[in-house]
Order: sequence, then C-alpha cells, then structure tokens
Amino acid sequence: MFGRLTWSAIPIDQPIPLVAGAVVLVAILAVLAWVVLAGHLPYLWREWITSVDHKRIGVMYTLLAMVMLLRGFSDAIMMRAQQTMAFQSQGYLPPEHYNQIFSAHGTIMIFFVAMPFVIGLMNLVVPLQLGVRDVAFPTLNSVGFWLTATGALLVNMSLVIGEFARTGWLPYPPLSELTYSPGVGVDYYTWSLEISGVGTLVAGINLVTTVLKLRTRGMTYLRMPMFCWTTLASNLLIVAAFPILTATLAMLILDRYFGFHFFTNEAGGNVMMFMNLIWAWGHPEVYILVLPAFGIFSEVVSTFSGKPLFGYRSMVLATMAICIISFMVWLHHFFTMGAGPDVNAIFGIASMIIAVPTGVKIYNWLFTMYGGRVRFATPMLWAIGFMVTFIIGGLTGVLVAVPPADFLLHNSLFLVAHFHNVIIGGVLFGAFAGYTYWFPKAFGFRLHEGWGKAAFWFWLIGFYVAFMPLYAAGLLGMTRRMQHYDVAAWRPWMMVAGVGAVLILIGILCQIMQLVVSIRHRAELRDRTGDPWDGRSLEWATASPPPVFNFAVMPDVAGEDAYWRIKAHARAQDLQKSGPDYRDIEMPRNSPTGFVCAFFATIMGFALIWHIWWMVALGGIGAFATFVVFAWRDHDEYVIPADDVARIDRANLAERRAGMQLEAAAP
Amino acid sequence: MTETTFDHAHGDPNRLRGMQDVVAAHEGPAPKRIVTGYGFWIFLLSDIVMFSCFFAAYAVLLGNTAGGPKGSELFDLRNVAVETGCLLLSSFTCGMASIAAKARNRLYFQLAMAVTCVLGLAFLAIEGREFAALVMRGDGPSRSAFLSAFFTLVGCHGLHVSAGILWLLTMMAQVFAKGFRADIERRFLCFALFWHALDIIWVAVFSVVYLLGSAS
Amino acid sequence: MSDQGFEWHRRSDLAPGDQEQRGVGLKLIGYLTGLGLAVILTATSFFVASTDLVWEPSIPVAIIVLAIAQMGVHLVFFLHITTGPDNTNNVLALAFGLLIVFLVIAGSLWIMANLNHNMLPMDQIMRMQR
Repeated sequence: MFGRLTWSAIPIDQPIPLVAGAVVLVAILAVLAWVVLAGHLPYLWREWITSVDHKRIGVMYTLLAMVMLLRGFSDAIMMRAQQTMAFQSQGYLPPEHYNQIFSAHGTIMIFFVAMPFVIGLMNLVVPLQLGVRDVAFPTLNSVGFWLTATGALLVNMSLVIGEFARTGWLPYPPLSELTYSPGVGVDYYTWSLEISGVGTLVAGINLVTTVLKLRTRGMTYLRMPMFCWTTLASNLLIVAAFPILTATLAMLILDRYFGFHFFTNEAGGNVMMFMNLIWAWGHPEVYILVLPAFGIFSEVVSTFSGKPLFGYRSMVLATMAICIISFMVWLHHFFTMGAGPDVNAIFGIASMIIAVPTGVKIYNWLFTMYGGRVRFATPMLWAIGFMVTFIIGGLTGVLVAVPPADFLLHNSLFLVAHFHNVIIGGVLFGAFAGYTYWFPKAFGFRLHEGWGKAAFWFWLIGFYVAFMPLYAAGLLGMTRRMQHYDVAAWRPWMMVAGVGAVLILIGILCQIMQLVVSIRHRAELRDRTGDPWDGRSLEWATASPPPVFNFAVMPDVAGEDAYWRIKAHARAQDLQKSGPDYRDIEMPRNSPTGFVCAFFATIMGFALIWHIWWMVALGGIGAFATFVVFAWRDHDEYVIPADDVARIDRANLAERRAGMQLEAAAP
Repeated sequence: MTETTFDHAHGDPNRLRGMQDVVAAHEGPAPKRIVTGYGFWIFLLSDIVMFSCFFAAYAVLLGNTAGGPKGSELFDLRNVAVETGCLLLSSFTCGMASIAAKARNRLYFQLAMAVTCVLGLAFLAIEGREFAALVMRGDGPSRSAFLSAFFTLVGCHGLHVSAGILWLLTMMAQVFAKGFRADIERRFLCFALFWHALDIIWVAVFSVVYLLGSAS
Repeated sequence: MSDQGFEWHRRSDLAPGDQEQRGVGLKLIGYLTGLGLAVILTATSFFVASTDLVWEPSIPVAIIVLAIAQMGVHLVFFLHITTGPDNTNNVLALAFGLLIVFLVIAGSLWIMANLNHNMLPMDQIMRMQR
C-alpha cells in the first residue's frame, strides 16, 4: 500500500535531524495556526497564493530563497563546527549524517537559495524595467514558482521522513547507483530537482519571451537596462542547460528504478557519461546564477555613481559572449578524470578566455565609478565588496583552469574556497544588493541603513575569515568533505574558518534585525517618491509599490537610461500640463492553477520516492486535470476601467509629487 | 528635481517640447499570438536540447553491448518505414487541421485531427509491439548499456507522441465545446508546432538509430 | 499584455508556425510540397541504407545529409520557419538551439572518445580489481 514507506523511515535514533525537523514543523504549524486564527487565510489565498502578478511572485521567490538560506546556513555552521571539533576524533556528527549535511547544503544553496533569489529579482524587476504590465505567461509564472517550492519542500521533508542523499551536491555514480545508495536519499534528490527543474525551465522560457517580445514602445534592444540584458542571457542559458540536467537525472532515475545501465559498473554502463552531461549543465548553471548578479551590480553602480553605465555596448557584448562561451568549458570540472592533454588544454584555454569578458565588466564598473559622485549606501557597499571579492575568486578560478595546477588542487579545500569565493562574493552579494536596492520598490519603504551596513560588514569580514583559511588548508592538502582528520597542521585553519562562520551568522542575524526594524519603522522609512535612490531606469517611474498594472500609461522610451532622460527633460524644460490619455487596462486573472498543480506534483514526487505507485497515478491525473480545468475557463482577463486607472494614477502622482517636494525642502 | 516631473513619466514623452521628432524604433509589446507562439518555440528548442542528450548518450554507449545483440541484429527496417509513413502523414493531416482552423471549418478540423490521432496511435502501436518483442526475447533495456540508451531515446520520443495525443484529444474536445476562440487558436498553434517538431526528431531517430544502426 | 495599437500587416514579426496571409489553395500546395519532398527524402534514405548499389563508406554520410535535408524541409514547409525579416527572432532562437545541440553532442562524443582512448574501459578496470 505504501511502497517502501514504513515507520522506520522516521529517524528516531538520530536526535539532531529529528529535533531540527520537529522545531521547523512546530514553527510552520504555529505560523499556519496564526494565519488561520487571525483570519489572514482568505487574504493570503486571494492576494498571494493564487496571484499571477509578477511582483508578488517575485517577492515569494525571494522569500523562499531567504528561508532556505537559513536552512542551508545551519547545515554550513554544523559542518564548520564538526571540522573544528573532529581533529583526531569523531566530532559530534556521525559520518552518514555528515555526508547528508554537505549534500543538502550544496543542493539547497544552489537550487533553492541562489536560483530562487535571482529568479525572484528578475521577476520583480524586469517587466518594470521594460515598461510593461506583466511577464509573457503570468499563470505559468505562478506554476513555475510553486513547482520550485515543491522541490524545496521535498528536500526538507527528507529531514524527518527517510534520509537525504550522501553523494554530494551532484550525485556522482556509481556511488549514487542503487548498489551503493540503496536508500531513498538519492531519490529525494533526483525527484525534487526534476520537479523544481521544470519550474525553473518555465521561468526561463517566460523571461526570455518577456524580454524579447514584450517591451514598451521605443524600448529597442540597445536601450534596455543592463539587468534586462543579463536576464536575457541568463534565461537563455536556463532554457538551453536545464533540459540537460533533466535528461541526465532521468537516466540516473532509470538506472535506479528500472535497472537500466547508463552509469552502472556492469553491462557496459559508463560513469564518465554522467560527469560529462551533468557538467554540460553545471557550468552554464554557474553563469545562470552570476549573470543576473552582474546585471544588478551594473544598475547599482551606475545609480549610486550618478552616471550612465560606462561601456554599455561592451557590457552587452561581454554578457552575450559569456552566454555562449559558458557552454564550451565544462570539461574543466573533470580535468583529472582521464582526458588527454590536447582536450584538457583546449578546455583549459576556453576557461581562461571566459575570464576576459568578465574582466571587461569589472573595468566597466570601475570606470562607471571613476569621476562619479559615489554614494555609499548599502547596495553600493555590496557592489564594492563584490568587486574586490570576486576578483580574488576569479583569479583563483583562472588558477584552477590550468590543468596541471588542477591536478594538484582538484577535490581539495582550495576548490571549495574558490567556488564559495565566486558564489558568495558574486551571486549572494549581488542578490543582497538587489534585495536592498529594490526592496522599497516592492514594499514602499526602505530597509534600515544602519543594520544593513552592519550586516554587510559582518558578511564581508566573516566571508574572508571563513574562506581564506580554506585556501590555505587546501594548499596543505586537505581534501573536501572530510568528516574527521588527523593532520595537526590543518587544525588552526579549521578553527579560524569556524570563527568566520560565526561572523557570517552575526551578519545574517543583522539582516533579520534589519527586516524587523524596517517593518516596525516603515512609516519613517516610507518611500513616497517612487524613486528613492535617484534611479535611471523605468522601474523608478512608477509608485512604490507599483499599482497592479505597473504603469497607468505605458511609457515611451527615447534612449538609454529611460527614466533619467524623462527626469532630465522634465527639469530642463517647462512642461505642458496635459494629463495622460487613460484607457481601460486588461490584466490576467488570478488563478490557483500553479498552487494546485504543485500540490499534485508534491504528491507525485513523494509517491515516486517511496514507490507508492497508485499515488503516482493520482498525482499525475490530478495535475493533468488541473491544466484542463485551467484551459477550459472562459475569462482569463479582467478589465480595470479607465476611470479607476485615472483615479489610482492621480492619487499616486499626487503622493509622489508631495514626496518630491518634501525631499527638495529637506536640507 | 522639479515638481512637474511625473506627469510625463507616465505620459507620452513624445509630447515633450523638442522631442516630437523622436521616432520610436520599437513598436511596443507583441500581440499575444506572437508571444505565445514564440514562448512555445523556445520550449521546443529546450526539448530538442534534451533529446540531444539522449542522442549523445546513445552515440557514446552504442558499442557497449556487453555481449548482447547489436542494433543490426535487432532492427526491422520495414517496421520503421511504416512508422515513418504514419508520422509523416500525420504531420500532413495536422497541417490540414491548421488550414481548417484558419478557415473556421469545424467539421474538417475535427476530421483532420481524428486522422492525425489515428496515425499517431498506429505509430505508438507499432513501436509498442517492437519494444514488447525485444523485452520478450530478453533484449530489454537492462540487457546492456546500448539497449538502455536505445530504449530511452526511442521511448522518450514515443512518450512525447503519447503526450501529443493526449493534448490532441483535449484540443478536439475544446474546439467541440468552445469553438475557435482566440486562446484556443493560440493553443492549437502550439500543438501544431509540437507535432511537427516531433516529426523532425523522428527523422533524426530513424536516420541515426535505425538506418545507421542497421547499415553498420 | 494588451493588444493595443496592433495591426497585423504593420508588424515586422510573425509567430513561429504562422504564415503570411494567403489563400487555402496556396497553403495546401505548401503542405503537399512538403509531404512530397519528405517522402522522397525518406525513401531515398531507406533505399541507401538497404542497398549494396552505393559505395559502403559513403552510406552514413549520405544518410546524415538526407536527414538534415529532410529536417530543413519540415522546418520550411510544416513549421513555416523562413529567412524572411518577419522570422528573424524565430530563426535566431533556432540557431541558438542548434548551436547548443551541436556543442552537447559533438562535445560529448569528443570528450568521451578521448577518455576512452586514455583510460582502460570500465570492465577491464573491474577485472583488474578482482
């Protein structure tokens, strides 16, 4: 009846995951109880869960990322604690649990923190920057988000029901094959990634189509803000790379479930094919994450320097070059696995070449700052912190791109330090910069600067204290993923790294405090002007938070830095005071399709993991029925009458003008 | 910053003095039919990339028969020719359905779709029989890495055809119940793209798997 | 997402799969041409594969060339992807997709052939470990 699922799946004998799971469960139940008892459920259902508004979905993506960051970080600090303790002893984590923790840490941080964070920001901002009212496929957008949430849910479920993979963040066969991993851990991994992968693919298709087909009048390609360009490149990579992940994991699933022989040791299977395919996805994935961050930094640096982005066209070219070259370097993830010198050399050179457009970007940001009137607000601090940190990470990357050097450094903590250096210093700092930068746009009030700066400094210093020692330990020969070790020379570095993790923890606590303080003081922090940072692109041309239709009248664009031009012309010239021509606006209706579909996907994923076949069929039929019901509905749009648009817009304008006057009057 | 800024942030900057002569080179958001079709086109390309992984796996594992049969010992080209005929004709009838949809002729539309469906089912039946025969003989997908890759590649295409037939039947029901509404027409545009793309993938499958397999 | 200000004939853009406005007869001829060409190409490939009349080493090349030609026929006559200016975006997307397909397949084959060349096959390693 319930396949492989029995009571023994609950890890009664392992106190740590059980207690952690119980605490999380109690917290979720408490939140749910509060929501229901305080009568917020109808509001949540109406305004958020069934919402197809790109701004709401973007906020939900970001929220998911931040909650998962807490989960991923608790894994991280447990690992750091283990390695400070486990010198010539077993530490406090048994090996099988430690292995699950580092696997879960990597999986969660990449797929359920970094990905939703950047997708959330792109969702929130890109339609606003393009001057349009929504993304290309609003309902699919909601489906994509909820499927991502399904993946996150399944990964976290493994904490209390069964176990998670012990195979690392990429399940290399033959270890991940049934012979060596008979438990459900790898199945949790594969199914949650297959499901959230569909969600990501949907988001990618949606954003590519949005950027290419939905731009306001006059928004030609070379007038798009840099963030739109990086969004386009990143989502093209999603569309091209995620199917590879889906196919590769499907092969692993077939091996595990039906005795196929893609990656097995027997019957002609070839494990190297897995390394090859997974990295053909894995390397573009790195750029899927970091390109949007580059876009965020471009916006932030140009805004806070009060200058247009230096070398806009070279930036566009560099972005698209990275988009293509990132598909030609994947072998550098397995230099040591048997390829000959000619192949290694070519992929090594390609890996170094990809550093060139990235270098172009760094110089562009520096020249944007040069001669500008730089304001050191929190987003700008993250951007400067990024530039310094990312250069170090990039250079160690060029170092490991040299095959002979890689033969010494691969699989060591040096590599671990390198990719944390680029992912924390690049992606996460970018996400935090974007979060601080666009928060007032999403919610109508700024984040508290003091706590934000404190968070930045703790994160930055914590990062260096935590990861620079790993470079040293790696050079001393310490390999990654060690549950315990006996070499005395490594110990001091592990102690220092542990201190760094604590500093980062303080940084995260500062961010939580920042959010709490900002919400409590939202009246003082209110952004009435819609343009709190003196911005340059169209998202600042509407109220904060924007009305559901974003723009009462779709703006016309006449050049780069669209909103800056509008402001400059308004300042320079005496304006004619004719009101805009308001019309009826059609907006997509909310739909529970995404949520219901994800509900069935969760059932299906869980059933597949535990081999409960009748439940698989139930989930599949349910998901199909959901789509048919959605396809059958007669009205997919509702109309906001011109009068309402005019009323809302005039109120917003008056409010914003008052805010501007207040700001102008202040010293 | 002056107070007058915002009327024109929302309004038409072409009304600003000195900017009347600015010609917008981009006409604004595309109509829904183009947006939907393009989005689906992007999806199809991603699907083709997925197939390319299965093709790559097939090509790499081609020689890994682990003592089992090779392709040339298994494939019956007559079967494949009939399958190909079914799919080619179904692509044509699907095109007929497109013409009927444009001409708003429900009868011809349903007829063309029904023929497409029958041809698709015939294809699936032949493929199913081939697979069943192989498994019965002990040459199933767990026999060797080569057979794993073969069953996965061809089976994945078959799975797509099955999904296509499910979609086709849903489309027929929708047109029957609701007629040619704009959103249904957009959906049909996507379906036609999907069906024709499956045919393209089948061309690759029969050439690479069956013809090259039995030639060598 | 509204369709405001849209007039069909003024746009320099077509959805993939859509044709310029033309009559039923012309469309029918288009599909018939496609079907005819596809049948001829398919028949040729099957013939080439199963005959001894053709020089043997050229058979794989011939089959691949015929397959590519047939895919082109399908793209043009069934999917209506053309080189016209209204199709630029569709063709660019297709080109990007084909580039990725090429990189994945050619890259995999090259890398795996090189690995196999430099490493013992897996079953031999297993035999040595025994």
